[in-house]
Amino acid sequence: MKTHRITTPLKTEDIEELKVGDKVLLSGYIYTARDAAHQRLIDQIKNNEELPFQLEGQVLYYVGPTPAPEGKVIGSAGPTTSLRMDRPTPTLLDLGLKGMIGKGDRSIEVVESIKKNGCVYFAALGGAGALIANSILTAEVIAYEDLGTEAIRRLEVKELPVVVAIDQQGNNLYHIGPDNYKKDLAKVKTI
Amino acid sequence: MRRIEWESIVKEVEKLCIHMNIYVEEDLKELMEKALLEEDSPLGKTVLKDLLENQEVARREMLPICQDTGMVVAFVEVGQDLQIANGSLTEAINEGVRRGYEKGYLRRSVVACPLQRKNTGDNTPAIIYYDLVEGDQLKITLAAKGFGSENMSGVKMLKPIDGAEGVKNFVLETIQKAGGNCCPPIIVGVGIGGTFDKATQIAKKALLRKVGKRNDDGGIASLEEALLKEINNLGIGPQGFGGKTTALAVHVETFPTHIAGLPVAVNINCHASRHGEIIL
Repeated sequence: MKTHRITTPLKTEDIEELKVGDKVLLSGYIYTARDAAHQRLIDQIKNNEELPFQLEGQVLYYVGPTPAPEGKVIGSAGPTTSLRMDRPTPTLLDLGLKGMIGKGDRSIEVVESIKKNGCVYFAALGGAGALIANSILTAEVIAYEDLGTEAIRRLEVKELPVVVAIDQQGNNLYHIGPDNYKKDLAKVKTI
Repeated sequence: MRRIEWESIVKEVEKLCIHMNIYVEEDLKELMEKALLEEDSPLGKTVLKDLLENQEVARREMLPICQDTGMVVAFVEVGQDLQIANGSLTEAINEGVRRGYEKGYLRRSVVACPLQRKNTGDNTPAIIYYDLVEGDQLKITLAAKGFGSENMSGVKMLKPIDGAEGVKNFVLETIQKAGGNCCPPIIVGVGIGGTFDKATQIAKKALLRKVGKRNDDGGIASLEEALLKEINNLGIGPQGFGGKTTALAVHVETFPTHIAGLPVAVNINCHASRHGEIIL
């Protein structure tokens, strides 16, 4: 299990180095987007409109932060469940998005798209919003301000701790990890 | 007849909304510290350590432990010899939520119409369950329920012949399917019996119990123990990265049911279990 220090935008050689389960301290700019912002991005793509930021090499963070108290740049800012963003994700990866930060497993379609486009899916620590806020240096709403917490923000992060959950070969921590610790398979029937 | 002022209820609800989102109850912290000692997975240990540190950071910097500050759920026991002066109890609870979420810099996560999806802007309405009881007290138990775990919950109408084994299987299936999405280590609320709706309501109520406290009924308490062990054998682990700490506690509540039925509801709560109680 290695620890990497990477600065965005992500380069092909950065992604090639990353193996499932590795720790990464991410620095640079990342963009927030969750359910409603994904819907807007997809609508804009369908209408051939210019997107609020260039996707090429960028990293999306699935988060809806709490309001920033006085004297802070942001409130709590941990990841939300990624599976809700699965449907629009392959379209964004095809357009150059390179990384995503969230929590929880992804669909087969997303994993295939990660492999096809040479991308990476990171897991941040779900439910550790206060801790994560300390890695965020600046936050600026750049699009869809009317969405409130769901607006797209550009975050400047310094050594944001994440784990490689799905690497560009499609190795998946949510399968490999539990398989190593499963004790009694027979007890669980498939649904 | 005893009277309680509307405004005093509002103030208490406001205070608790802020408090429960920042401060983790001591029992939960102790369970997580114990899990950290027992966890074998190196990544799982790191996760548990960071989650404990997160609780400290939240306390120190007065930040919510999780950015999903939830939809507020209230279980209210109203003494029948009690009168609320100058307004309705429902509006008092909602006003308390409104003020608490504004003042505490908490996230407003409620949309008015589930299909139009426009945010109400003040985190109301709360989901409120009322019980009319003897006496002249007012007891309000509040929870800030996050939806990462709520979304992975489930309900099933089993057959009476399925029995305890059927219940166990459904609980395990639900947790397996939830995987890392619900932010493990989790607290599992199970409601058995009643009707379709009652089972889900008591499953939610089970989550509001002091964490790790066993059911008073010995048989149900044994079921809780057995479920906790089997859930932790699934290997899902902290955050779904693998390990033996998938659940910190299982709480089961039961209710009488129909001769033809065995409803079971599984309500999942993440490790950021936030709730508290007001007695007036």
